[in-house]
This record gives sequence, C-alpha cells and structure tokens, in this order.
Amino acid sequence: MTLLTTVFAAVIATVVWYNMAPKDEMKVSVLCFLYWGASLMWLVDAVFEYVELGAEYFTPAAEDMLNDLFLGLSVVALGLVIWLVILLVKDPKGVVRETLLKKR
Amino acid sequence: MACFLVPAAEAIVVTAATKYLEKKNGVAEAQMQDESGVLPARVSFTRKLHWLINLLWGGVALLAFEHVWHGEVTPWFPFLTATGNAADTATMLHEMATAGVGMALLVTAVWGILAAVSTVIVNRAPAAEGSAR
Repeated sequence: MTLLTTVFAAVIATVVWYNMAPKDEMKVSVLCFLYWGASLMWLVDAVFEYVELGAEYFTPAAEDMLNDLFLGLSVVALGLVIWLVILLVKDPKGVVRETLLKKR
Repeated sequence: MACFLVPAAEAIVVTAATKYLEKKNGVAEAQMQDESGVLPARVSFTRKLHWLINLLWGGVALLAFEHVWHGEVTPWFPFLTATGNAADTATMLHEMATAGVGMALLVTAVWGILAAVSTVIVNRAPAAEGSAR
C-alpha cells in the first residue's frame, strides 16, 4: 500500500511537471525525483517480500493495509514538505527575496 | 532494517563525483550550444548525474522516514536498532546485501535508461517539425 500510494504520487507529480514544462518555476521536478526514487526502492522491497511470502503478499490483513496506507500518506506529506522547503530556499521566482526586502 | 544505507552510500559517492566533474568541466559544458546558440546541443553528463543524485537522495530520505516509522532507525546511538544483538545485525547485513544492493542497482539502471532515452529525444526532430511531415 505504501508503494502504491507513492507510485500514484509520482505519476501525479510527473503529469503536473509535464503540464508546466519546460518551465520548472515551481520545482515540481524535485517532487518527481523524490517519489520515483522512493517508488523504485519500495518496488525492490516488494519483490523481496513477494519472493518470501508468495501469493500471500497480495492478501494483506486489513490492519496492515491501513497502517501501510497511513505510512504512505505520511510519506507523501513528507515529500511535499521537503519540496516546499527546497522551493522556498531556492526561490526561483524571487518572491521570497522580494517579500523580505519589501519595505513595510 | 537498513537497506536504504546502500543507496545512501551510492548517493554520497555520486554527489562527490558530480561536484568534482562540475569543478573540472563546468565551464566547458555550460558553453556547449546548438546551432541557434539558444539551447544546449546535448544534455551534459553532469546534468544527467544530477538526475541520479535526486533519485537516490529522494528515495533515501523517504525510506529513512519509513525505517523511523517502523522503529528500525532511532535518533540516538547506535541509530540502528538491529545493531543491538548479533542475530539482528546479521539479518540487517543480509538485507543490505540483497534488498539494499537491489535498490541501488534498480535506481541506477532506471537512470541509465532515462539518460539513454533523453539522448534519443534530444537528437530527434522537434515535435512541431515532426508533426508537419
């Protein structure tokens, strides 16, 4: 469920990036790399788990699934926070700098 | 248990190598232009390396969070709970050697495909020109 949540986040981020490309003022590419990197790594984890558990891997207990979904959503939220920090620090539009320098 | 440490190690090495290459070739690569002088003639290798760095660090950051979530990584010494006893340490090392190496290899392989595809896309005719034919 964590893998699935992250893959969905990666696909949505990629579609948003493509829609705004070639401009990347909102640094959406950062989100794409974050979620795709994690998705690939969790895919490997899933393959190893599948090898270990077999078909049982596809029938997780409801409680485990809920916990994994909770983790997946938390991971997506963390990714968004990391992206937001990078966006504000890099400030590609210069609005943060402009706001800080603006006289009251 | 600590499988993300393998891609993290790769990320450190690739980041250091990229910084070195940028210092060495930075100016020369930045000066590469196409005939119009507007767009770069090709995607530089260091830029492609940045894609790998972002994939690796992105994955490592989110996987590290997952390990904290599962109590496998703690913010205090020795940081990895599996190092508490020999049996858990052996399991952790086995996981690093299998899943960890697998993660690093898959991310690098996908990056390799991405880099190759980007070269093909850059070399082909622009979309507007292609559709006119």
